[in-house]
Amino acid sequence: MLSEIAFYGAIETGLIYGLVAFGIYISFRVLDFPDLTVDGSFPLGAAVAAVLIIGGWNPWIATGAAVLAGMAAGAVTALLNVKLKILNLLASILTMIALYSVNLRIMGRPNVALLTEQTVLTPWYNLDLAYHQVPVLLFIIVVIVALILLWRFMKSETGLAMRATGANPRMARAQGIATGAMIVLGVALSNGLVGLAGALFAQSQGAADVTMGVGVIVIGLASLIGGEAVITPSTVVRALLACVFGAIIYRLAIAFALNADVLGLQAQDLNLITAVLVTLAIVLPGVRSSVIGKFTRNKA
Amino acid sequence: MAKRTLRTLIGATLLAAASLGQAQEVRTVAITQIVEHPALDAVYQGVKDELAEQGYTEGDNLTVMHESAQGNSAIASQIARKFVGESPDVIVAIATPSAQTVAAAARNIPVIFSAVTDPVGAKLVSSLEAPGKNISGVSDMLPIDKHLDMLQRVMPDAKRIGTVYNPGEANAVSLVELLEERLAARDLKLVKAAATKTSEVLGASRSLVGEVDAIYLTTDNTVISAAEAVISVGERAGIPVFAADTATVARGAVAALGFDYYNHGRQTGAMVAKVLNGANPGDMPVETMDTLDLFVNPAAGKRMGITLSEDLIRDAKEVVKSDK
Repeated sequence: MLSEIAFYGAIETGLIYGLVAFGIYISFRVLDFPDLTVDGSFPLGAAVAAVLIIGGWNPWIATGAAVLAGMAAGAVTALLNVKLKILNLLASILTMIALYSVNLRIMGRPNVALLTEQTVLTPWYNLDLAYHQVPVLLFIIVVIVALILLWRFMKSETGLAMRATGANPRMARAQGIATGAMIVLGVALSNGLVGLAGALFAQSQGAADVTMGVGVIVIGLASLIGGEAVITPSTVVRALLACVFGAIIYRLAIAFALNADVLGLQAQDLNLITAVLVTLAIVLPGVRSSVIGKFTRNKA
Repeated sequence: MAKRTLRTLIGATLLAAASLGQAQEVRTVAITQIVEHPALDAVYQGVKDELAEQGYTEGDNLTVMHESAQGNSAIASQIARKFVGESPDVIVAIATPSAQTVAAAARNIPVIFSAVTDPVGAKLVSSLEAPGKNISGVSDMLPIDKHLDMLQRVMPDAKRIGTVYNPGEANAVSLVELLEERLAARDLKLVKAAATKTSEVLGASRSLVGEVDAIYLTTDNTVISAAEAVISVGERAGIPVFAADTATVARGAVAALGFDYYNHGRQTGAMVAKVLNGANPGDMPVETMDTLDLFVNPAAGKRMGITLSEDLIRDAKEVVKSDK
């Protein structure tokens, strides 16, 4: 079975990836904008936060700067799409590969260690909690704050305009919504959240590394889709909750897979497990509704 | 389920052994590596082989847990938590990102790292001589001094050493800084030539002609990718080219004193065995590679205007015979 430390570790990583899933919810679901920038903006947030923390800045200010850097990266992708008419997927790939070099420039080397630095977590270790519970408590607070702010934003006039832009761009334009500006704002917001996740991840695991963005998009999508399979995203709040729960469920599944000696699973099977999990998450809701559909038809 | 059965089994075996008066404790070593590739896999194998040689046999008195993060840092972090939760006797972390995640999660469990170039820069230890806390290991930092001993053995009269490096590559820059310092300690002068991409390596090498007596190349990725350019300049201008990695000798460098990652793993395994025998990592200095293999290429030497001595060739683990 899972040890307590492995369990809290899964929740901690799940909460961080919940923020990534928020970002992917905005780009993929709200704006219908397939955005791969996140594989670059995640390490970008980590790099900016790490370098500023090393430079003696307050870790919360460093984390805030990471959010702004992520937003700038997202804005670049959106502007490539809106202003230069580059296909959205391609625009995001361009930003993503550019960010690899940018991240190396920012850090000056491939890996910046934070193991002995003051991070946003440091003061919290004075609380009367086990070492592995501290990040979970702090990240729960961060995720709840982000969720409330996003929820209120989505209900605001700008948020509604953004949702209209994603749902039906032509109609939105006819209603006088500046759809280009909405895409820039939305993709920037999305990557700001991912930058935040990167900054928190670097601080909890002790280093920013240039390779840490690999696969963030796949894991974020897996969390989003998995969460939607559990919580039907009929409202904004439910959709956001689905993101967090999906990310945590995904992490718990990985933790169990790491413990699954029983099934004969080994380290090299992990990517396969991920693929199977994502496939199941995509397919299962369809199976469920078709089964329910049959039942209701039979009744009628 | 299976684990519990296993534990019961082990427990029963222990009881049986104890009743026979020869209790043998089963020790646990957890090994995590950031990604699977030949060099890191060789480290893993080396650790296990060395432990076996030191009397810790898997399935007998040793349980080995092994996970790879498949290049994904979030999974590396989860593997670290899993291992810490199982509280093994030693956690072995292969490569810098894995070592950092383990260091962030493990408070009291002994950790031995491997294939970490700069453990101080990675903040794993506060100093190489006295790590202090619960972490030590083996660094794959180049043994520059031993390389320079070898170079001076071949060319005792060399005064000016040239190197080509990429100023945009972090590892290369720190190696060149170290090289400059170590050369100065020997009263030798370093002449640097910068190449930011492979296409600039030829021009940079040419700029060294007339300025240097020998060329020494570190493990700079950009330069090693274009090592033939440096070698061709060395051949034309009669400047011997030495390398830090043995593979470049087959490509035409005169000699290299390198190590392979299997031996790196063996050395790591020896440290793990010490910890299993009761040593505390904090008291164990960080080790660098002590088994180094000499590769020489006499024909390349001839083309660059030097003859390698008989005893050097005798000492070589491999004599490359290239005649182009």
